[in-house]
Amino acid sequence: MSDQVIVEKLKEKFSSEVLNIVEFRGETTVTVKKEQIVDICTFMRDDFGYNLLCDLCGVDYLGKAPRFMVVYNLYNITTKQRIRIKAPVEEQDANIDTVSTVWGTANWHERECWDLLGIKFNNHPDLRRILMPADWEGHPLRKDYPLQGPDREPYKGRLS
Amino acid sequence: MAANTETMTINMGPQHPSTHGVLQLILELDGEIVVKATPHIGFLHRGIEKLSEHRTYHQTIPLTDRLDYLAPMSNNLGYVLAVEKLLGITDEIPERVQRIRVIMTELTRLKSHLVWLACHALDIGAMTVFLYCFRERECITDIYEKVSGARMTSNYFRVGGLADDLPDGLEGEIRTFAESIPAHVEEYEGLLTGNRIWQKRTIGVGEISAEAAIDIGITGPALRATGVDWDLRRDNPYSGYDDYEFEVPVRKGCDTFDRYRVRLDEMRQSALIIIQALDKLKPGPILADCPKVVLPPKKDVVNNIESLIHHFKIVTEGFKTEPGEIYQSVEAPKGELGFYLIADGSAYPFRMKIRPPSFVNLQGLPQMVEGKLLADVIAVIGTLDIVLGEIDR
Repeated sequence: MSDQVIVEKLKEKFSSEVLNIVEFRGETTVTVKKEQIVDICTFMRDDFGYNLLCDLCGVDYLGKAPRFMVVYNLYNITTKQRIRIKAPVEEQDANIDTVSTVWGTANWHERECWDLLGIKFNNHPDLRRILMPADWEGHPLRKDYPLQGPDREPYKGRLS
Repeated sequence: MAANTETMTINMGPQHPSTHGVLQLILELDGEIVVKATPHIGFLHRGIEKLSEHRTYHQTIPLTDRLDYLAPMSNNLGYVLAVEKLLGITDEIPERVQRIRVIMTELTRLKSHLVWLACHALDIGAMTVFLYCFRERECITDIYEKVSGARMTSNYFRVGGLADDLPDGLEGEIRTFAESIPAHVEEYEGLLTGNRIWQKRTIGVGEISAEAAIDIGITGPALRATGVDWDLRRDNPYSGYDDYEFEVPVRKGCDTFDRYRVRLDEMRQSALIIIQALDKLKPGPILADCPKVVLPPKKDVVNNIESLIHHFKIVTEGFKTEPGEIYQSVEAPKGELGFYLIADGSAYPFRMKIRPPSFVNLQGLPQMVEGKLLADVIAVIGTLDIVLGEIDR
């Protein structure tokens, strides 16, 4: 099944959820609303065989509304196809439902996303920091978090 | 009289010779049985993803060396392929570049698997294998040094090509080395495969089914040992891998022993790929002809003003890319290594997310050790082949 067919079927099933479809360098990206993300991911896994969640990450588009985007890179081990799902998350009380019930691997990826970007995953079994120390303040991958860390001289770029 | 038992919680790592770096495990034990294992990571976090947002695309290449520092060229390859895809110059890469990249990444796979076997066997108690493996690994670090000047952090690939051509005479050296690999693998097998202690410590240890492995995201040799026939080199070929004939070793045992056998078979296949690539290697340019984004050849930089200007611009301000996002992954020695890049049209990546295979594979550790013996934890950490540089980034 080609990406177009899959996207068409996804649009048919979740007509009010799909916001945008982009194709770039042969890769398809579907942006969907975050409310039904678990249903959409379950549908992608069960009906189209996207059984491997390769990667899950957050992106900070500081200054835009909604500010965050959660990105799911999916892979189908049988047909060797890839597709990307994205869901926007607003800045105020940033949260989205967990997909760790759909793919177990999402557990640590979501912990990392919470740790580095401060996006909460509702119903996550174990939402703790993973890379930063447990008592760390702030979320380092946010665009308004200084590269040198808090309370230090700002980075001036390479001097040579 | 019924004995009163209670569980005991012990700490393993981050300073522990068998955790392969700074991995900390909190183990809850009932006698010698592991009831619960909780990995703690992040001790080696250097913020590579954050740093890359403040560097040009070329300046990030040396950072990728420091992800999986036992397989730097695989990381280099994943990253440069991702940037090339973002730029849309994937088809412009000269044939010689693709072949040398394949040779070097397959040598890297051997290098990584040799360290894995050495440490895995040492953890279980087979000291000799460690010395044998490091003897062969030394040859690969020598080759690394000759092509890139560094024995570990190579920084050899460039966007659109290579830092330099292979030095004279190295092709013969690589060929001799690759031809010697099957005999060496035979030697390791002679020490381990039929060894009763080795079998007792590995057969049936750390089992995980194919469904559970896919659910938790395990990729690479660990997944192929559960009977899933999937290898990115063959199934989503990159860098001209569709041009070589090789087998993808698959086993169905799901245990530490079969993961060991899959990796040994992979070493034999890597040697075959290297020999094929050397046979097909022809002289040619080592940089793509895209002057706006790819560094000009060194001899032009010193002889030609136009090339000097391009060189200067690419080195100082970097190159701009068209806005967009791509995901590119390669079959690294440990599994699927992916780079997800978002470009906003500037000379810096807007966001770079690395999908490190070790990070995801480590997530499977609790279900592989819970309910098993404490001594098996050591075997399972070894068989997962984790590198903390890549997990913590």
